[in-house]
Amino acid sequence: MSEFTSSFWDFYIGVATLVGLVACAVLLRVQTTRRAPGEVSTTGHVWDGDLVELNNPAPAWWRWLFYLTIVFAFVYLALYPGLGSWKGMLGWTQIGQLKEEVEQADGRYGPLYEKFAAQEVATLARDPSALAVGQKLFLNTCAQCHASDGGGSRGFPNLTDRDWLYGGEPEKIKESIAQGRNGVMPPLGTALGSEGTKDVAHYVMSLSGGANDSLRRARGEALFKNNCAACHGADGKGNTAIGAPNLTDKTWLHGSGEEGIIETVTKGRNNVMPAHKDLLTPAKIHLLAAYVYSLSAAQSGGQK
Amino acid sequence: MPEIQNTYNYKVVRQFAVMTVVWGVVGMLVGVIIAAQLLWPQLNFDIPWLTYGRLRPLHTNAVIFAFGGSALFTTSYYVVQRTCHARLFSDGLAAFTFWGWQLVIVAAAITLPLGITTSKEYAELEWPIDILIALVWVAYAVVFFGTVFKRRVSHIYVANWFFGAFILTVAILHIANSAAVPAGLWKSYSAYAGAQDAMVQWWYAHNAVGFFLTAGFLGMMYYFIPKQAGRPIYSYRLSVVHFWALIFTYMWAGPHHLHYTALPDWAQSIGMIFSLVLLAPSWGGMINGIMTLSGAWHKLRTDPILKFMVVSLSFYGMSTFEGPMMSIKTVNALSHYTDWTIGHVHSGALGWVGLVSMGSLYYLIPRLSGRTEMHSVPAINLHFWIATIGIVLYIAAMWIAGVMQGLMWRAVGEDGTLTYTFVESVKATYPFYAVRLLGGLLYFSGMLVMAWNTWKTVAGGQPADASIPAPAMAHA
Repeated sequence: MSEFTSSFWDFYIGVATLVGLVACAVLLRVQTTRRAPGEVSTTGHVWDGDLVELNNPAPAWWRWLFYLTIVFAFVYLALYPGLGSWKGMLGWTQIGQLKEEVEQADGRYGPLYEKFAAQEVATLARDPSALAVGQKLFLNTCAQCHASDGGGSRGFPNLTDRDWLYGGEPEKIKESIAQGRNGVMPPLGTALGSEGTKDVAHYVMSLSGGANDSLRRARGEALFKNNCAACHGADGKGNTAIGAPNLTDKTWLHGSGEEGIIETVTKGRNNVMPAHKDLLTPAKIHLLAAYVYSLSAAQSGGQK
Repeated sequence: MPEIQNTYNYKVVRQFAVMTVVWGVVGMLVGVIIAAQLLWPQLNFDIPWLTYGRLRPLHTNAVIFAFGGSALFTTSYYVVQRTCHARLFSDGLAAFTFWGWQLVIVAAAITLPLGITTSKEYAELEWPIDILIALVWVAYAVVFFGTVFKRRVSHIYVANWFFGAFILTVAILHIANSAAVPAGLWKSYSAYAGAQDAMVQWWYAHNAVGFFLTAGFLGMMYYFIPKQAGRPIYSYRLSVVHFWALIFTYMWAGPHHLHYTALPDWAQSIGMIFSLVLLAPSWGGMINGIMTLSGAWHKLRTDPILKFMVVSLSFYGMSTFEGPMMSIKTVNALSHYTDWTIGHVHSGALGWVGLVSMGSLYYLIPRLSGRTEMHSVPAINLHFWIATIGIVLYIAAMWIAGVMQGLMWRAVGEDGTLTYTFVESVKATYPFYAVRLLGGLLYFSGMLVMAWNTWKTVAGGQPADASIPAPAMAHA
C-alpha cells in the first residue's frame, strides 16, 4: 500500500493520463492529410485478389469531434479530481456531494419530522398524516422481510398480531428497529438424540393444545425442564427479555407441527433483524415504531 | 519437410462456422427462456439449475464466448489466410483450438447451471476451465500470428490488425482477471480484494466489450464489407488513427462501471473522460465501413447480406454514442442498475455483433461448401427483417423501462420518503418485459431460419478448400 507513504503513484497515473490524452491528439494531427487534387488513389496494396484501400483523408467533422472530446477531457480534469492527487478547481468529491444533499434534505424535511418526534408513539399511531409517512418508510425499509402488509413470512415475524418476541411497547419496538435483534436458539439434536427430540416436540405440541402422543409428551416434559425451560420458561410462555418465543400460543415463527418443531430443536435457529440506527434518523425510527405499533392496534380493535 | 500445401485450411473454418450457428441457437434460446422467466418466474419449476441466477450467466457465456467466440475464430482463420496468401501456421494447433474451445463451452454449460461460479461477470468460469481457456488462447495466438509472419504479401491487411489486437489483449485480460487462489477443484478466491478486485474485474469486462466484442468484429467488418460490396476501403488514414486510438483508449474506460461506488473519485473521473474520448475512435470504424459502401448503395436493394452489414454498422454507431453518454456521471446516476444498461448491451450485441457475424457467415458458408450462394437467398432476407424488428422492439422496451426505473427509484415525496418501493418499479416493468420477450423471440426465430438455411447449404454442397494464389499475383 505504497500510495499511503509515497506520492509516486499520484505522479505516475497523472503523467500517464496527460501523456495519453496528448498522444491521442498528436496521433490525430500527424495522420491528418489533405485531399490530393484529382481522383482519389489507392495505397497501391492488394490483398486476396481485390481488396484495396483508398487514400481518402479522415472526415474533418470527425477530426473535430475527436479534438473536442480531448479538450473536454482536459477541462474536466482541471475542474474535478482525476489527475493524481490534484483535487480539481471545484473541490468536488462524491462524499461531499452526498453530505451536501443530505444536509439539504434535512433542512427541507427536518421540521416535519421534528413535529412528529415531539409526539408520543401511541398518539402518532392514530394520526393518519404520521402513519402515511411511516408506511412509506416501512414499505421501503421493512417490507422486504416483513411483507408489505406487515404480515411477515416464515422466519420473519408477523407484526400485525399481538404476539411480540421482544415486547410490543413503543420503546421496545424502537429498540428492535434501532439496535436490531439476534434471536439464537442453540441446536439440541445431539444432546437430546433423535428420540429425545421427538419426545420434546410432542411436549411442545401439547403446550398449545395440539394433538400429541401422551407417552412421548410425558417423557418430553422432563427433557423440556432440563433443556428448554431456561429460556422458554417452565410454563413455556417464553421470555421477551431474550426474545425466547412463547410456545403456548398458536404463533409459529419457523413452522409448527412435529416436523417443524423437530427441525428447530435439532438444528437450532439464528434469526437476525439488522440494526437501523445508522441508516435511519431517530425521528424516522420513531415514526416507523408508530406505524408498526398501529398495525396490531388496528387488528385488535383498539389499544393494547 | 512435407511439401508446401497449396490450399487454404478451410476445414477448421468450416467447423467453427457450423458451431457458430449451433451455439447461436443455443445461447439465444437460453436468452429467450430467461426473458420469459422475468415475466413468469414460475418457469424455473423450482429446479435450482433452471433458476434465473444460474441461467443468466449461461446465456451471456453462450452468446459471447460460444457464439461470438466461434464467429471470431471462423472469420479470423479465414481472413488471415486469405489476406496473407498463406495456409494457417499449424493445422494441428488450429484443430486443438477448435476442440479445446468446444470443450470450454461444454464445461461452461455444465458448471454454470450447477451453480459453480467465481461470481465475476463474464468471467464466471472456475479456475480449471480458465486454465484450458488460457491454453486454447495461446494456441490461437500462435496460429494467427504464425500465419501473419509467414504471409506472402508485404503489408498486413487492416482486418488483421484488429484480429491481432483482439487476440493479444484478450489473453492479457483473461489471465490477469482470472488470477485466483484455488480452494478445491471447483472453488477459488480472487487474487485481488475489495475495490481493487472490482476495478480489475471491470477493467477486464469493459475490455471484453472493447476487444472481444468490438476489435474482433471490426476485423470481420474490414474484410467482409469491402468483399461483399466489391468496393475499396474508404480511408487507410482513418483506419490507422481509429485503430490506435481505439485500442489505447478502451484500456482506460473500465471505471465507468463503478461510478458512485467505493472506487476513488480520481479513477471514476479518468474512466469517464476516456469513455468520452472513445466516441470518435469508435465512430471512425463505422464511418470507414459505411463510406466503403458509397458507390454500392444500389446493391442494398438486392443483396440481403449487405443489409446485415449496413444495419450492423448503424447499431455500432448508435451504441458507441450511447456508451460514452452513459459514462457521464450525471447520466450514469440515472441509468446505472436499470434495464437501460441491458438495452445498451443488446443494441451492441444483437445489432452490431450479431448482425455482422450473421452477414459474414452468409458470405462464408457457401464458399466453404463449394457453392456460390446460400441455399435460399429469400431466407436471408427474411432473417434480416425479423432480426431487425426484434432488435428494435428489444432495445426500445429496455430504454423505456430503464429510464422509467431510474426515475421511479429517485422519486421523492413531500415528506422526503421514496415515492415508490422497489417492487412497484418491478411491477411497472412487466409490460416492457413482455415486449422484450417478443423482440428476443423474433431475433431467436431469425437464428432458426439461419440454422435451416445453413443446414440446407452445407448438406447440398461439397466441402471446398480454395487454392492459394501464386506469389506473382500476391502483390501488386
